Amino acid sequence: MQQFLNVTLTGLGQGAIYAAFALALVLIWRSTRIVNFAQGAMAMFTTYLALTVIEAGQSYWVGLIVALAGGLLMGAVVERLVIRPVEGGPELNAVIVTLGLFVAIQALAAILFGSTFKSFPAPFDLRGFTVGEVNIAFTPNSIYVILAVVVVMVALVALFRFTDLGLKMRAAAFSQEVSRLLGVRVGRMLTLGWALAAVVGSLAGLLIAGGSLVYPAYMDGVVVFGFVAATLGGLDSPGGAVVGGLSIGLLLSYVSGYLGSELVALAALAILVAVLLVRPQGIFAKAAARRV
Amino acid sequence: MAAPTKDTEVGVPPAAAGRFAAFTRRMPSSTLGKHALTLLVAFVVVVLVLELTGPFRNSQFATMAYYGIAAAGLTVLTGVNGQISLGHGALMAVGAYTTGLMLAAEIPLLVTMLGAMAVTAAVGAVVGVAAARLHGPYLAGATLALAVGLPGLAIYFDHWLGGEQGMRIPSPQMPAWFSDAIYFLSATEASSAKYLAYIGWVTLLVVLFLLANLMAGRTGRVWRAVRDDEVAAELAGIPLGKVRVLAFVVSAACAGIAGAVLGIVVRLAAPSGFTIVLSLGLLTAVVVGGLGSLVGALLGSALLVFLPPFVTNVGTDIGLDNTQAAQLAPFVYGAVLVLVMLLAPSGAVGVLKKLLKKLWIGRSTRRTG
Repeated sequence: MQQFLNVTLTGLGQGAIYAAFALALVLIWRSTRIVNFAQGAMAMFTTYLALTVIEAGQSYWVGLIVALAGGLLMGAVVERLVIRPVEGGPELNAVIVTLGLFVAIQALAAILFGSTFKSFPAPFDLRGFTVGEVNIAFTPNSIYVILAVVVVMVALVALFRFTDLGLKMRAAAFSQEVSRLLGVRVGRMLTLGWALAAVVGSLAGLLIAGGSLVYPAYMDGVVVFGFVAATLGGLDSPGGAVVGGLSIGLLLSYVSGYLGSELVALAALAILVAVLLVRPQGIFAKAAARRV
Repeated sequence: MAAPTKDTEVGVPPAAAGRFAAFTRRMPSSTLGKHALTLLVAFVVVVLVLELTGPFRNSQFATMAYYGIAAAGLTVLTGVNGQISLGHGALMAVGAYTTGLMLAAEIPLLVTMLGAMAVTAAVGAVVGVAAARLHGPYLAGATLALAVGLPGLAIYFDHWLGGEQGMRIPSPQMPAWFSDAIYFLSATEASSAKYLAYIGWVTLLVVLFLLANLMAGRTGRVWRAVRDDEVAAELAGIPLGKVRVLAFVVSAACAGIAGAVLGIVVRLAAPSGFTIVLSLGLLTAVVVGGLGSLVGALLGSALLVFLPPFVTNVGTDIGLDNTQAAQLAPFVYGAVLVLVMLLAPSGAVGVLKKLLKKLWIGRSTRRTG
C-alpha cells in the first residue's frame, strides 16, 4: 500500500511536468501544425543556461528567469529563421527540420557545457513529508513543481481567453487568411506562439532537472512522453494535454515502479499505438474525424 | 521491357540524344540487364578500392557498408513510399542482437544474416501495421518512441542480452577460399578487416541490386503512387494499408541485414550503440543524399563515415578538446539536415540532376544555334 501511494505521488509530480511539456507541443501544433521535436533539446539548452548562472553563484530564481527568457528568445529565433520557410509546406519537411534542430542543439550543448552528468539544484527540500510514522514520496519540491505548472496553465488560459493578444493568436491559428484580412500580423503571432511554447517547454525542462542530473540527452525520453501525452489529449486541446500528461505520468510511474524503469519508454510506445489505433482523435478532440 | 528506358531520355534535346543513343544502344535494353551490368561494374570497383586501401580504410568501408544498407532501406520507406521512420536504429539493434545470439549458437554466417533479416522483418511487420495508419508527425512520434524504447529491452533481459554492457558477438572465421582468392588477386595476406569489408560490400551490392529492381518495377510504382496521392492511388484500386506495410517490411529487412553486418564488424551489440542519434544519422544520410534515390543513400552513408573524422580534426585544430570535438560531427549532421531541407530539399542527387540537365540543354542549344 505504501509503495502504491509513493508510486502514485511520484507519478503525479512527473505527470505535471509532462503536462507542461505536452502543452508546449500543443501550443505549437495549434498555431503551425508542426510537432516540434526539438522542444526537448531547446528546453535542455535553457536548463544548461540556468545551471551556468547558478554555478556562477546566483540563486535558483535568477537561473529560472534566465532560462525562461532564453527560451522566449530561442523559440522566436527558431521560428523566424528555420521554421518559417517550411511552414505550410510538405509535413515531412517540417518534421525533418525540427529533428535536425534536435540533433544540432543537443550536440551544441555537449560542446559548450560538456557531456558529463551534472547535478542540478532543487529550490525546495527533497525529503518527503512524514504522515504519522510513514515517510511518503511527496516533497516540498513536488508541491513547487505542481504549483508552477498550475500557474503557467492559468496564465495561458487567461492570455488566450481574456486578452486581445490571445484572441489575435487564436485567430491567426484558426484561419491565417481571414485574420490577415482583419489586420492581424499573422507572422508575428506565429513567432510569439513559438516563443511562448519554448518558455513553457523550458519550464518543464527546469522542473525535471530540479534535484536530479542533467546531461545533453536528459530530455530525450521527455520528448517522447510529452508527445504521447499530447496525442492522448488529441494534440489540439490544451486541456487534453494536461489530462494526458497526468495520465501518462501515473501510468509510466506504475510501469517503472512495478515492472522496471527500462520498460518505461516501451510502455509509452504501447500507450501511443493503442491510443492512435483505438481513438486517433484523442480523448478530448472536438472534431469528429481527423487524419493521424 | 524497353519502355522504361524512354523515361530517362525525356528532356534531353535531339542533338544530345543522338550521341547519347549511340552509347545506350550498346547497353542491355532490359532494366534487369542494366542493373546486373551496374552490379558487375560496381563489384569490380569495390574489389579495386578494397585492395588498394589499407586495413584502416577497409574498416571504414565496412562501416559505410552497414550504414549504406540501412540507408537504402530507409530511402525506400521515406523517399519512395513517403513514410518517415526514426526507428531504424532500433531495428538495426534487433538485427545485431539476433546475429549475436545466432552466431553464439554456431550457426553459419549466411544463415545468421538471413535469420537476422527475417526476425527484423517480422518486427518491422508489427510496427508497419501500426505505422500504416499514421502519417507525418504522428508516425515520426511513434517511431521515435520505438527508437527510445526498444534498447530498454536489452537492459530488461540483461542475463540474456548482456544488459548495459552489451553482448559480445563472435567474429566469423575467414574461410580458406577467401584468403586464397585474396592472395591470388593481390599477393598479400587477407586481413580480417578486409574480410569484413568484403562481407559488408557484397551484402550492400546485393541489397542495392534487389531494391533497384523492386523500385523499377510494379511494386516501386505502386509505392510512389501511394506517396504522391493517396486518394488517387486508392481509386486506382491500390490497397493502401498492405502497400505501406510491405514497404515497412522491406525497409525493416534491410535494417536487419545492416544490423547483422554492424554486429560482426563492431563485434558488440550494446544499447548505447543504437541511440536516437543513430536513427537520426540515417535520416540525415537519406535526406542529404536525396530522398528516394539509392545512389543518394550511398552518398549519404559515405558522409556518415567520412565526415566525422574530418570534422573532429577541424574541431581539435580550432582548440576544442577531444570529447567536444567528437560532438562536432552530430552538430554538423543536424545543421546540414536543416540547411538541406531549407535550401535544397531534393538533396545532393537532386542538385546534381538539375546541374546535369542544365549542362545538356546548354550544350545542345549552343550547337543548334
